[in-house]
Amino acid sequence: MDTLLQKIATDNGLILSFAVIGLVVLCSGYISRWLTMGRIQGSAIAILIGLALAYVGGRMTGGSKGLADVTYFSGIALMGGNMLRDFAIVATAFEVHPAEAKRAGGIGVIALMIGTVLPFVIGVSVAWAFGYRDAVSLTTIGAGAITYIVGPVTGTAIGATPEVITLSIAAGVFKAILVMVMTPMLADFMRLKTPRSAMVFGGLAGTVSGVSAGLAATDRKLVPYGALVATFHTGIGCLLAPSLLYFAVRALV
Amino acid sequence: MTIYGTALLAACHILGIVLGELLGRALGVKTNVGGVGIAMLLLIAARYHGHTRGWLAAKSEDGVNYWAALYIPVVIAMAMQQNVLKAISGGPMALLAAVLTVAACTLCISVINRREVIGSGDESPNATRS
Repeated sequence: MDTLLQKIATDNGLILSFAVIGLVVLCSGYISRWLTMGRIQGSAIAILIGLALAYVGGRMTGGSKGLADVTYFSGIALMGGNMLRDFAIVATAFEVHPAEAKRAGGIGVIALMIGTVLPFVIGVSVAWAFGYRDAVSLTTIGAGAITYIVGPVTGTAIGATPEVITLSIAAGVFKAILVMVMTPMLADFMRLKTPRSAMVFGGLAGTVSGVSAGLAATDRKLVPYGALVATFHTGIGCLLAPSLLYFAVRALV
Repeated sequence: MTIYGTALLAACHILGIVLGELLGRALGVKTNVGGVGIAMLLLIAARYHGHTRGWLAAKSEDGVNYWAALYIPVVIAMAMQQNVLKAISGGPMALLAAVLTVAACTLCISVINRREVIGSGDESPNATRS
């Protein structure tokens, strides 16, 4: 019986995940309405539940893909994987008003630059404070503070040790999770209300996963504007970290 | 036909990824540079063109809107497969780097966004008063 259910679950992975996610959204809606009186958005609660389940899944299997490593929920990997995530993000571009996007394009690029250099400097400083002194390790950990993809790409390119690369991924994943969770709470402080402010946020907060989930939990209308800028984040990071930023660190130590 | 919209979305997506990949190559990086962002720009342009020239039917737009509506569920599925365990096992250094980065970026966002004149031309008619 158990193997039969398992077979059905894996053969229909994507379909099952539609049902599971629907259920999570439904529960989050109720929690939002009855427990928080609508103060916390349903999607924010759903993302928190998702992260909690990811932790449980990681604990159960020891794998790296959270709940998706549990056999019954393997379809989650497809539904929440890069392919469908990017497809859905591109689809939201249909809601963009070209005039708004054009007006904020300049400030978006500036935000993107600060959003690459500032996390890097902080990452390098923290690594220095924890006793790292060689340019390769410092750069790799700094790159991890940009996004969890820039970290390993940079580390591999300049020849960092596996432990340092793991640390850089951990820093990046932590950052993405923090952005997901904190954005709805800090939305007022960050004045996250207009398309322009969302583009600034997308450039500075970095990581597509953090920005897309953070904005989804704050105001769905702002998602395409933030995502438009944030999707350049990893590319710019991978461009600058192993080259310009690495040379700068090497010159300093 | 709904599929026309989804096909248009898919075409923009693939073309954007290809261009992002080529841009990455040209810059000498091993990753895609802004492929998804380029795809979004292509879709915005296609929609604009389709509206002004009248070839984009409302029925076709449904094929895109459905996927845009699935955006939040997809993001929830993404949250479910984050490597939360690894983040926690990274220890105090990873945590500190992440917390300080998010704090500094939040401050920066706040400073930049506070300088924005809300409602310049779109929402509030009182924007010119100050």
